[in-house]
Amino acid sequence: MSSPTPSVLLKDIRKAYGATVALDGVTLELKPGEVHALLGENGAGKTTLMKTLFGLTQPDTGHIEIGGVTTTIASPRDARSAGIGMVTQHFSLVKTMTVGENLALAEAGLIRVDLAKARRIAQEAADRYGLEVPADAVVAGLPVALQQRVEILKALAAGCRYLILDEPTAVLGPKDVDSLLAVVERLRDQESMSVVLISHKMKEIERVADRVSVLRRGAVVASTTAKGMTTRELVSLMVGSDAAESVERIAQATRGDAAVALALRDVSVKRQLGGLDDVTLEVREGEILGVAGVSGNGQSELVDVLSGTLRPDYGQLEVAGKVVVDPSPFALLAAGVGILGEDRHASAVHHLPVVENLVLDQLRSVTRLGHLDRAAMAERCETAIKEFEIKATPSQHLGTLSGGNMQKVLLARLFGRSPNAAIVSQPTRGLDIASTRYVRSLIAGARDKGTAVVLVSEDLDEVLELADRVAVMYRGRVAGILHANEVTRERLGELMAGVSA
Amino acid sequence: MKPRFVLRAENPWWRGPLLVVMAAIVTFVITAALIRWSGGNPVAAFRYMFVNPLQSKFGFTESILSATPLVFTGAAVAIAFRAGYWNIGAEGQLLAGTIGATWFGLHAESFPAVVAVPGILLAGALCGAAWSLAPALLRARLGIDEVVTTLLLNPVALLVITGLLNGPWRNSETGFPDSDVIAESAMMPVVWPGTRVHLGLVFGIVVTLGCWWFVGRMTGGLRLRAVGLAPGAARIAGLPVERTMLTTALVSGGIAGMGGASEIAGVAHQLTIGISSGFGYTGVIVATLAALSFIGSLVVALILGIINVGSFSASRALSIPTTMGEVVQSVLLITVVAALVIQKYRIVWKSSDS
Ligand SMILES: Nc1ncnc2c1ncn2[C@@H]1O[C@H](COP(=O)(O)OP(=O)(O)O)[C@@H](O)[C@H]1O
Ligand SMILES: [Mg+2]
Repeated sequence: MSSPTPSVLLKDIRKAYGATVALDGVTLELKPGEVHALLGENGAGKTTLMKTLFGLTQPDTGHIEIGGVTTTIASPRDARSAGIGMVTQHFSLVKTMTVGENLALAEAGLIRVDLAKARRIAQEAADRYGLEVPADAVVAGLPVALQQRVEILKALAAGCRYLILDEPTAVLGPKDVDSLLAVVERLRDQESMSVVLISHKMKEIERVADRVSVLRRGAVVASTTAKGMTTRELVSLMVGSDAAESVERIAQATRGDAAVALALRDVSVKRQLGGLDDVTLEVREGEILGVAGVSGNGQSELVDVLSGTLRPDYGQLEVAGKVVVDPSPFALLAAGVGILGEDRHASAVHHLPVVENLVLDQLRSVTRLGHLDRAAMAERCETAIKEFEIKATPSQHLGTLSGGNMQKVLLARLFGRSPNAAIVSQPTRGLDIASTRYVRSLIAGARDKGTAVVLVSEDLDEVLELADRVAVMYRGRVAGILHANEVTRERLGELMAGVSA
Repeated sequence: MKPRFVLRAENPWWRGPLLVVMAAIVTFVITAALIRWSGGNPVAAFRYMFVNPLQSKFGFTESILSATPLVFTGAAVAIAFRAGYWNIGAEGQLLAGTIGATWFGLHAESFPAVVAVPGILLAGALCGAAWSLAPALLRARLGIDEVVTTLLLNPVALLVITGLLNGPWRNSETGFPDSDVIAESAMMPVVWPGTRVHLGLVFGIVVTLGCWWFVGRMTGGLRLRAVGLAPGAARIAGLPVERTMLTTALVSGGIAGMGGASEIAGVAHQLTIGISSGFGYTGVIVATLAALSFIGSLVVALILGIINVGSFSASRALSIPTTMGEVVQSVLLITVVAALVIQKYRIVWKSSDS
């Protein structure tokens, strides 16, 4: 039924975006008939690596071998003819068309749309892989799980032997995850296909993966058989061992007598996917509370609650001992809470100049008789550019700055209002080494000046380096809180895996 | 190969003017072909359209008169668009303004002009703002797309006028569906003796300059721009996104309504079915051509006023369709929008790499 599948080797792949090194010499082998799981924090380079295999991006150096033969994959078309298919995180379906039309379009391009054939493909997929799709339904009206099936079907119909699924389960509920994994198993067992599965969920990997590789900061730090591996072992693979690398800790023991600057009490957010479950946290003046966890265990929701963009269903927020009755972004800012969100682009007005972005959350302080005090704004901007070493002019639009400099502008804005509490989420994601070091020193500096800091990060090194206490999130709960002197990677790993709750 | 749009870091001073000139050239080439095709001589047609109105005092002042409502609607659309509120309803809001102005004008007999003239503008502004209230609330509270709702309310305003003119406001002397003439005290005085240019123009310019001042220099203006450019980021910065949008929508409707009042009090002196020849829709063109700059929209309004006057004489003299003026405006719109994109973004052709 199926011819033997060659193995695929990505060799010494390097890819940089400006100063950011997304992939730093990655070598990865994909074997036929295997489910290969890719693990790693967000920004580790998983998507970029798979994009190079699917021809969506070209590596700066390195090459790809298929069946031992060096193959150039310059476009997704090349990838398809080499038997590689990919379902990206963002789907590429024509939403106003039906499923059948989408399939036919993928088959024929724009030359000849063969609907009958598309229906046949859909029927066959349903029979063979249990991958049922309604051929005559319009895509826009379908739930995400079904749209995803259509994408998979498109890849299969193109005759792929290697199927790459980029975080397919991040958007699915438990039932849909189950049936997707069943399809993955069937593709491997019946069709001897290979599947690359990118996921943050250990349970899924435990269930289907034959091999697992872990990426960290653009490098493969582990690649091993996954058969028989428990969640526990998978997480410790991700977390690494204390012996393997040493992190310079600038954390300090928390002073227990300092006042509580910010607290969450019994906060719950009910959601189909993710959410928060009875979270209670306190952070004191002059301390950094690290929040660690595998991606998708409630960290984003926690930050959204703290920034006022997500209202909890239960529980309350306290700032400096006072309950914030109506926790809107405005109310929280007014109470002295500053936020650096995980997606800096979401906080930046790209088409406004740096000087205006810098005061956007503190307009009152630069207003005189309803007018902007341009002189004061310019002065503040000059100071910030010097103090935070921002490489930009005041009149430059924020959207044209590099990631590191944009982050510095947002940090300058955050610390410029001398907040009592600062929430910084994934502060160094995607930054080059110099910017990373600088941003971390800023955060430590704020702590030393008495600011209460909540540092949410998937980068364990960052948490280990900076946090005075570490709270670990697991399935929307606080699985445990460790003090700086009792933190070990092993202990963190256990909590992240949900072993001892 | 596929195009990618990359934000330009800096714009040298010459790029804007250069692109405008290029857009004008492309517009001339395209419309010349169309004029040729409809049997006219393009050079003569352009002469009538752009040059003739400027060669006589009468042509020039009529152009200014024709630009007056566009000054209002241009500013109304520009300020709404700057706040990210896509108000396509300036036409309906202007018409609502004419209703309010007519009502006030018919009851203003006993007021002196110093009261009646500001009063009639205020009446127009209030009705225009009221007309924009429902779509603005729907957008701010429920997130319902204002493009559709504001647009759909435009013909409704015209229906209301038709109803009024065929009912309570039917002309008491002629019996035609035109309202009675408003009180003399509420009429806009002429500001350029010997022409029809009236005080409404001055109000329009003042309102436009007010918008310009507010948006560029006042704190509320920065709030408005931030909300328009990136509502999510504005919300994170604690700005009241919905309230800003709602207020701006009402102000925008008010300005358009004032434009309607200016037409009633300054030109027509009575309400008629044809009181607006699409001033609200043309306001969208004005604002867009001006790249949402308020000073620019004054200039564009004048240019479109000239084309309006000129295309009439062109069609009379050369027997090409009168709509050729609108065609020129539309082609200009497309080329200028393209130029604006090029001004803002660099277009990079890259082999399918991201
Ligand atoms: N098109 C791009 N331009 C600039 N930087 C990018 C681009 N794509 C990815 N990156 C950067 O490369 C790094 C790896 O990203 P990605 O491969 O998406 O990570 P992952 O999929 O593991 O979350 C990140 O720091 C990201 O910011
Ligand atoms: Mg990714």
